[in-house]
Amino acid sequence: MAKPLTKPKRKNPVLRTRAPMLPPAPRSRISLGLTSGAARGAFELQVCRDCGAVQYPPREACRECLSDRLDWTLQSGTGELVAHTTLRHAMENYFRERLPWRLGIVKLDGDGPHDAPSLIVHVHGDCAEPPARVRIRAMLDRAGQAVLLALPEKDTPHMSDDPQMRELTCDPKFRKVFVTDGKGPVGQAVVRAMIAAGSDLVWVGEAAPWKKIPGFEEIRALPEVTVVDLDVTNPDSVKRCAGQIGPKVDILVNTAEQHRAYSVGGRYGTENARAEMEINYFGLLRLAQEFGPVMMARGADTETNAVAWVNILSIFALANKPDQSTFSASKAAAHSLAQAMRAGMHRSGVRVINLYPGPLDVEWNQELRPPKVTPAALARSIVGALQGGAEDIYPGDVAKDWYERWRTDPKVLERELAHGE
Amino acid sequence: MTRRAPYDGIVVTTPVSIPYVRFSTRGAHWWIGRALAALVRDSGLTKDRFDGVCATSMSLAPDTAVGIVQHHGLTPRWLDYIPMGGVTGVVAMRRAARAVQAGDADIVACVAGDTNHIDSFRQGLENFSQFGKDAVYPIGTGGPNASFAFLTDYYMRTYGARREDFGKMCVAQRENALAYPHALFKVPLTLDQYMSARPIAEPVHLFDCVMPCAGAEAYLVMREAEARDLGLSFGRILGTIERHNAYTDDPVQYRGGWAMDSGELYGMAGVSPDDIDFFETYDDYPVINMLQFEDLGFCAKGEAPDFVRGHSLTVDGSFPINTSGGQLSVGQAGGGGGFLGTVEAIRQVTGQALGTPVPDAKIGLVGGYGMISYDRGVCSAAAILAAGD
Repeated sequence: MAKPLTKPKRKNPVLRTRAPMLPPAPRSRISLGLTSGAARGAFELQVCRDCGAVQYPPREACRECLSDRLDWTLQSGTGELVAHTTLRHAMENYFRERLPWRLGIVKLDGDGPHDAPSLIVHVHGDCAEPPARVRIRAMLDRAGQAVLLALPEKDTPHMSDDPQMRELTCDPKFRKVFVTDGKGPVGQAVVRAMIAAGSDLVWVGEAAPWKKIPGFEEIRALPEVTVVDLDVTNPDSVKRCAGQIGPKVDILVNTAEQHRAYSVGGRYGTENARAEMEINYFGLLRLAQEFGPVMMARGADTETNAVAWVNILSIFALANKPDQSTFSASKAAAHSLAQAMRAGMHRSGVRVINLYPGPLDVEWNQELRPPKVTPAALARSIVGALQGGAEDIYPGDVAKDWYERWRTDPKVLERELAHGE
Repeated sequence: MTRRAPYDGIVVTTPVSIPYVRFSTRGAHWWIGRALAALVRDSGLTKDRFDGVCATSMSLAPDTAVGIVQHHGLTPRWLDYIPMGGVTGVVAMRRAARAVQAGDADIVACVAGDTNHIDSFRQGLENFSQFGKDAVYPIGTGGPNASFAFLTDYYMRTYGARREDFGKMCVAQRENALAYPHALFKVPLTLDQYMSARPIAEPVHLFDCVMPCAGAEAYLVMREAEARDLGLSFGRILGTIERHNAYTDDPVQYRGGWAMDSGELYGMAGVSPDDIDFFETYDDYPVINMLQFEDLGFCAKGEAPDFVRGHSLTVDGSFPINTSGGQLSVGQAGGGGGFLGTVEAIRQVTGQALGTPVPDAKIGLVGGYGMISYDRGVCSAAAILAAGD
């Protein structure tokens, strides 16, 4: 059984902050399909459309019938650990610094016409000696690429504390979290969820101290919470805040958001759109410039290192919802920026997690019909994302529905939306 | 299947080895050049007589065999490049033999040479294969260590092999190596030292691993009449096999392609395992020795541990293996590792052993195994050689 993580001691300020090393990132283009699935939390392998053979490692043609019609297909992931080893030596510094490291070969269960492939995988410490039943999950590693992890067939106590598993997750347990805006319903829900998930220090940004918002005084009174001044529209405020807490933040959740619901012609002028961009896009850019570099420097800083940056985007970032036109556009801008943040932060092992929720159950979505995502449900999705190995999350039924349609054909979705469907 | 033509009248001769070093500042062409020069020296031929070249190297990029002939001023009419690691010694021989037999070449220089700079081993692993790059290198496998750890773990669990059994082979090979001048490991190894060595990738421990190094090996293939004219001692090729990507449905590799072809090997050679006087196995990790004992017919599947327990494995033993020390004690010189057993077997059957000769060695077996890509060694090969006279 995994040893429960104990609260880490305060960092010795005399010691050098270790530079973040990464597992090897290069992959062939075809194998990035595995990463594409893992980014969504899905374990997908290529399956031959013509003969049904499951393929691994990823390839350009079927190993059985040479067809090139290989479709990435969701796998159950059950199988048997048939051999294992514990590395005591590694060629790459990332692993060298983290030894011992357990690896194994898992024979995937197969009900197809051909033998299922053997997978070489990371092995959770709670998996029994071979032969043992295991579950495979595809997760992103610190380099942002997919790897496979064998988990014991049934959950074990403290299993997320396993050191190899913790390398593949961004678990909030004992990590210091910064929620950039704690006043709104989403911010409050996120603060509570982070504390419930084991974070023992949560900084909560407050942009307008004179505004009295229901529930915020209770948040302020929580023993884990420290309220800090932060107005993401004000460069000086962001800089001050980063100077104050930046070098200590392990997980940043950007909950600052401006949201109005207008069509292009529904609100004359650009003031409303400008306000949305100011917070949703420029606010993110300011935060990224002030907090990004210092978090990247702490990508391997002890066992409670900087691990994740969470953006709450919107499914409207992928396809504009015409009656929320300017809000959609601001989220699309943030989505685009987040892609660039990912490209930069991957180098430090800090994961940029994007959530694309469907409409939230908040004031400015009053006129939308359900289903809508409650702030508490969104907060649970964030915690789930941090504890899992994914980076793109689509919370809520609407988001999943839109995402499927968008993946299938973005043009069709655009036309459907134009006609109010 | 069509009955394969014998290699009548074709011989192997002029075994040469360029002494290995752990690290070298020289390029791969230097090592190959030294081996070619040694072939010229020992055969008495000028290099323009080598009208066929079969070469292998793992540190020659961006060059291939074409670069070799240009670099060393050869003008062959038959050229082959076989980037197949541990099977190259056998594969070069069987291809060269057919070329000579068919008249496509008269004298084929088979050469393997590699350099080893600081970090070249790691770089080689990083770029070894697409499957390796996609599915094993990124998860921390220290190269082949982890792959062989899986094989060893599975084999031990399934067939009851013990670390002592692997240790017995390593200790015997080290004893053989003490008499072989080019071995990198020149201190005796005891079973206690083997057992107490530090773990590398359990159950693989330090002395189960070969040491990457620089070195070169080569030999010539020609017609028997030519060898006689030149006054060269030679060995005959009784039979060979080669197989790639066998038994892909085995969840872990517990048998190699030899198991598919060993009947054909002995059939072609007209001998049986009982006739084998010594066996140069491919010994990149001792578990592979056991797979070869089984798959090449010395015992049934799963019985190799008992076979090892029942034999003495040194040059003077009841079942001599790796008579120069094998890669475990001589070192693994990249593609040269694939040639080591072949060159040593030619020496033994031609009475030119640099170390201890196997008493009355008439027939020797060479195993080849290579290219650990993803979860297994993809290539296997074997050859039976016999004394020329």
